[in-house]
Amino acid sequence: MSIMEYNGAAVVAMVGKNCVAIASDTRLGQQAMTIDTNFQKVFPVTDKTMIGMAGLATDVLTLRDRFRYKVNMYKLKEERTIEPQTFAHMVSAALYEKRFGPYFIEPVIAGMDKRNQPFICSMDTIGCINFAKDFVVAGNAGGGLYGMCESLWEPDLEPEDLFETISQALLNAVDRNALSGWGAVVHIITPDQVITRQLKSRMLDWADPTVKDKAVRYTRL
Amino acid sequence: MDARIDLNNIGFDFDLTKRNAGLEANGATAPKATKTGTTIVGLLFKDGLVLGADTRATEGPIVADKNCEKIHYIAPNMYCCGAGTAADTEFTTNMISSQMELHRMSTGRESRVVTAMTLLKQYLFRHQGHISAALVLGGFDVTGPHLYTIYPHGSTDKLPYVTMGSGSLAAMSIFESRWRSDMERQEAIDLVKDAIEAGIFNDLGSGSNVDVCVIEKGKVDYLRNYARPNERAQKEQSYKFPRGTTAVLKTSIRDLVQVTEDTAMDIST
Amino acid sequence: MHVRPSTHPTSQAKEAAFSPYEDHGGTNLAIAGPDYCLLASDTRQSNGYNINTRFAPKTFKLSNKSVLATAGCQPDCAMVTTRVKQSMLTYKHNHNKEMSTSAIAQMLSIMLYQRRFFPYYDFNILGGLDEDGKGCVYSYDAVGSYERVPCSAFGSASALIQPFLDNQVRNKNQLGKPKVTEFEPVTPLPLAEALRICKDSFTSATERDIYTGDYLQIFIITREGVEEQIHELKKD
Repeated sequence: MSIMEYNGAAVVAMVGKNCVAIASDTRLGQQAMTIDTNFQKVFPVTDKTMIGMAGLATDVLTLRDRFRYKVNMYKLKEERTIEPQTFAHMVSAALYEKRFGPYFIEPVIAGMDKRNQPFICSMDTIGCINFAKDFVVAGNAGGGLYGMCESLWEPDLEPEDLFETISQALLNAVDRNALSGWGAVVHIITPDQVITRQLKSRMLDWADPTVKDKAVRYTRL
Repeated sequence: MDARIDLNNIGFDFDLTKRNAGLEANGATAPKATKTGTTIVGLLFKDGLVLGADTRATEGPIVADKNCEKIHYIAPNMYCCGAGTAADTEFTTNMISSQMELHRMSTGRESRVVTAMTLLKQYLFRHQGHISAALVLGGFDVTGPHLYTIYPHGSTDKLPYVTMGSGSLAAMSIFESRWRSDMERQEAIDLVKDAIEAGIFNDLGSGSNVDVCVIEKGKVDYLRNYARPNERAQKEQSYKFPRGTTAVLKTSIRDLVQVTEDTAMDIST
Repeated sequence: MHVRPSTHPTSQAKEAAFSPYEDHGGTNLAIAGPDYCLLASDTRQSNGYNINTRFAPKTFKLSNKSVLATAGCQPDCAMVTTRVKQSMLTYKHNHNKEMSTSAIAQMLSIMLYQRRFFPYYDFNILGGLDEDGKGCVYSYDAVGSYERVPCSAFGSASALIQPFLDNQVRNKNQLGKPKVTEFEPVTPLPLAEALRICKDSFTSATERDIYTGDYLQIFIITREGVEEQIHELKKD
């Protein structure tokens, strides 16, 4: 078993027209057993920058705190907000420092810079940055996400269209992955808004009256 | 976590190695880093040298980056192609580049290729091959053009035409059949392009585009994406969804206030 | 990592393990429609980082109503195809009629399970028309477990293509689109759209999977017979 498959995760980010989107699933597992269905993997860094982390959950939480500390120190010292590009290099350096005893996470960063240009990137566990102009993915549903994004993504999507594209890419990829899913969160970052949406994904919703009927029908089959 | 920058305490941090060894003892396996299964080449010609690289980065059988940069800046007169673990080539060349800059400031002289080569080989040898960077270093200094290959364990070669990475055999087959001494500039660029393309098309670890860097006396031409032989064809149809396709449970919106100049923050008027 | 060979070859112990399997990569896709069936495969055959050949078809016409797509270890794929064809011929001589697609499907399952403990390294998709003239797709594992599905992707890029088919062919996760459930044998998709989705699946897979590329071979099975198309894919 790879340590990257212990808790399960899927994270994706995409560029749109004057906007970026970052999304993740919300499952926390212990191998095949699901522990939590509302585990957050995407965190705000600044008003217009977010980081998503796929990998070992303990490291996700540790690094969330470390990056918050580093970003706050940067703000105090520099008296300005960190740019997404700068933050990417900060994350990269923090990961490569642990080259021979790494944190087991793959980060994805999405944000709008000070000129309101979209920026996304992803990294491997030791901090090699992948600057992409279209989309980046990380986590256990990586293959499925690459396939979905490569087919669905097109340039210059408006925020609401980008939302549909990234949501469909994520939902259909995690539905074919046993280690991720159970709900999803999507953030759309535009120059003047951050829109956060919780998605309905493939899981039983007992409040839905048709679910009980379906359950009975499946049992009969 | 100390906020101060301690210059005596730079380098790798081994804090997590014990924890990770413990995890591995319990049956977990460590992840694989991004490798640049690569074709990188370099050759000398009449007035200088040409470096070349493909632009594919892989993670196992998946292409992680279709257009990455593998020709790294070392000094104004010197560039370095990297193959192996992507993070290692990136950080190693970056660090040597910064050391070269400090060295130039201290000596007031143009950097020499042999200096960068020595720094690189000593650094890689010190780490006993654990830093998997296979490099092609080229530059033009006061003693003329130089082309070196540096292996992950710290050994070096100085040759008139070299190839490295998983596509090195494909590229070398082109060099061995067509390289001559004292070639013209365009001839040399074409040969490098053909060598890289041999790697792109015949080695699955290499792909996408050709980057070329021509270094001559007092002049560098970085020809990013000199050839793009692998453009993606037009898709058959658009997969844009009608708005409202995805089921949403909850939406929350955070409005950002934009502070522009000459507003409440300005107290000068 | 670059390692120079040892100067003392005798100092290294040699392991003489028998490893009969090799993965030759490649991807297959199939979609069953109301009156057609579509099978597509790339033609790259690879080994490690090497390309053995750019045109090695691994999908074969069995009859006017059925086509077999194979992926995995090339000699195993070839053997399975040969044996299926042989049995079909024997059947024809014995019964004086062509085997139906569902009969081939059952036979293939038995053939694969016969080698339960030394399996063929071969992942099959059988496509064709059923007794009612509807499209049908049967997908298999290496030891003969099979099911009839509306669409399927197998091989090195299956992880990339399958969720895309779920989304675009079976309308998964899309509100306001008719659902194609697990229990329906065919998709309502018109042939022209299925073809477009099929081509886009492969151009996308070629971008990200290093083992998929070179040429795309598409078989379209309708009442008129089997039509074969060849399209170019990227060659890097």
